Amino acid sequence: MAEAKGDSHRWGMVVDLDLCIGCGACVVACYAENNVPTVGVEEVSMRRSMTWLRIERHWKGEYPHLRADFVPMMCQHCQAAPCEPVCPMYAAVHDQNDHLNVQVYNRCVGTRYCALNCPYQMRVFNWFNPYFPEPLNNQLNPDVTVRKRGIMEKCTFCIQRIHRARDAAKAELRAIRDGEVQPACVQTCPTEALVFGDLDDPHSRVARLARSPRAFVLLEELGTEPSVFYLKRGGSHVV
Amino acid sequence: MSFEMTVPRPLGRQDDGAAHDVALSHEEELRRRHLMMDPRPQGEMSQMVMDSMKRTGVEFWVVMAVLAVIALVGFLGTWLYQIHFGLGITGLQRPVFWGIYITGFVFWIGISHSGTFVSAILRVFKVEWRRSITRASEMMTSMSLLVAVAFLGIDIGRTWRGYWIIPYPNQRTLWPNFHSPFLWDAMAITSYLVGSTLYLFLPLIPDLAMARDRSVGWRHRLYRILSLGWRGTEAEWRNLQMAITIFAFAIIPVMFSVHTIVSWDFAMTRVIGWRSSIFAPYFVVGAIYSGVSAVVNILFLVRWNMKLDYFVREEHFEAFGKLMLILSFGWTYFFFADLLTEWYGGEAIGHEILAIQFHGQMQPFWYIMVLCNIVIPWLTLWHPKVRRTPIVLFFIALGVNIGMYLERYIIVTGFLRRNRLPFNWGEYAPSVAEAMIGIGSVALFLLLYGLFSRVVPMIPVWEVREGQLAHALRRFGRTKVTSVSELE
Repeated sequence: MAEAKGDSHRWGMVVDLDLCIGCGACVVACYAENNVPTVGVEEVSMRRSMTWLRIERHWKGEYPHLRADFVPMMCQHCQAAPCEPVCPMYAAVHDQNDHLNVQVYNRCVGTRYCALNCPYQMRVFNWFNPYFPEPLNNQLNPDVTVRKRGIMEKCTFCIQRIHRARDAAKAELRAIRDGEVQPACVQTCPTEALVFGDLDDPHSRVARLARSPRAFVLLEELGTEPSVFYLKRGGSHVV
Repeated sequence: MSFEMTVPRPLGRQDDGAAHDVALSHEEELRRRHLMMDPRPQGEMSQMVMDSMKRTGVEFWVVMAVLAVIALVGFLGTWLYQIHFGLGITGLQRPVFWGIYITGFVFWIGISHSGTFVSAILRVFKVEWRRSITRASEMMTSMSLLVAVAFLGIDIGRTWRGYWIIPYPNQRTLWPNFHSPFLWDAMAITSYLVGSTLYLFLPLIPDLAMARDRSVGWRHRLYRILSLGWRGTEAEWRNLQMAITIFAFAIIPVMFSVHTIVSWDFAMTRVIGWRSSIFAPYFVVGAIYSGVSAVVNILFLVRWNMKLDYFVREEHFEAFGKLMLILSFGWTYFFFADLLTEWYGGEAIGHEILAIQFHGQMQPFWYIMVLCNIVIPWLTLWHPKVRRTPIVLFFIALGVNIGMYLERYIIVTGFLRRNRLPFNWGEYAPSVAEAMIGIGSVALFLLLYGLFSRVVPMIPVWEVREGQLAHALRRFGRTKVTSVSELE
């Protein structure tokens, strides 16, 4: 089945901004799943946090009538990604089968060219060697590489989970079911603001949501064709 | 006596003695001003060049030792420290992923430009005053290119894998990505480094042979190898001239391509303020501007330190002063065109880029840049007296180099601070480590140049001699004029 044409997917995500409460559970899940190191207050205040997924808070109004809008931001997995052509080493490449924007750590030499060229600023550089203080060192995910200093990394849509689901489906001689692959952030989201699936499958939940009139992509005018769709605020299901 | 003075005489009726004096003083003036009109025996000139290399005072070696310490600690030491701990020791952060390392890279590439520009363009157009100063400027090209390439190595996160940029068959069965402007960079810089070094070497061969014949000991052995058995036969000269001509023509497009591609490192991205079709010519002119100024600095130091006043004269500084003024006009034209389009376009984010230059964090740098690159050159360089005073021109040129460094600093680190999504706006200030590498790079360049200047004959004696043979004073009516015969 894996060789069949039908095994090609365009993995994508839908983020419902109505449902996001800004709790940050997805961020924590991402740290845990992908062996993302914590860097401490000083580095974070230098805008060097290693997070692959961040909740951007946009404040509105003046103090008593203050309100925060939360926008979860992760790699948008563009189909015409600006980060890919500029990499001199083919470290930032396109996965033609899964239509993912992948980063091959072994090839990266750390020019940081891709990071400049990402209009979403979602690429993360390893300024130092990673450090996992006790007891975080005991929960490293064996499926994910620990990256060293000097290389670029970013959200992979939890590619290790995609591969595991593909292997499972292949063993059972079936296609991957909708909802079978869930990145850590999607799995953890308490309000189901994040939905993941195959955008090429018109019946998948994510494809249906992406067709919603509320759907938009960030910086559409740049023509990057992101795989992450946002559903703008003010949907009918919100009281 | 007084009667004679007041009575006007018909032209050409002065007594012969006075006419002779006038002609003599005119001739002396020409001799004093122009190296080409002031021939000396070739042996004497060769000896002057040899002496300039060998007679080096203790002060020079003290300065070299200090530079070596700065280069070792500031440049190499800090670099090794950075390789060990990671790029976190810099002040880089999101979204300013490139800092003064890339600024330094562009700066040194820019410096490297004019060595070859001055030498090759002037040679192609047969500008006679170039003859004595080509070597010094070509050396500058090679040395500063080395420093620039080192900056690329410093900037990347895994320096020890930097050689992957070279396309060679490997166990990873991977070519580098030829879509990336960095690859174009690597190719252009490699061609330029090889081409300009060969272009430095070719006219050097007869001088190395001259040095071989006038030295003993290790110098003799070194020059014997380097001069490739040059004997000075007719065939050798013919081949050499042919090779030099080919290289002089061929290196010019390579030189243009290098800085064009350096500008494309920026212009090919989606960063606001960088993506501009004017960047290529803008950077080329900027590079030549800063490079010509650097040639002035180098010539001043070489002339002062190596006592080459006979070969490097005020006429050279005057010519460079004019060149700087013209290049200043050219650079200002591109600078203004770039600013105006950004401002007139009226895009909000474009205005943010302008705002940080005019009244944001880059404001002091921006004004110093305008002062050094436009105001000072425009106010001073039009005056022949300024141009003919080497020390004044030296400081103006130094100012231009500071201004051009700041221009790159603003473009690289300033424009990156703002992007389309305001959540990611950030700041940047170079860390101590970066500053040490920046200062160390200057020391390294001066060290390399200083050491090579004691081994490489700094004046192409044969070219000067060739020019002096071609020049003659000819009587034209009652006056004498300079004539230059065409060299085959």
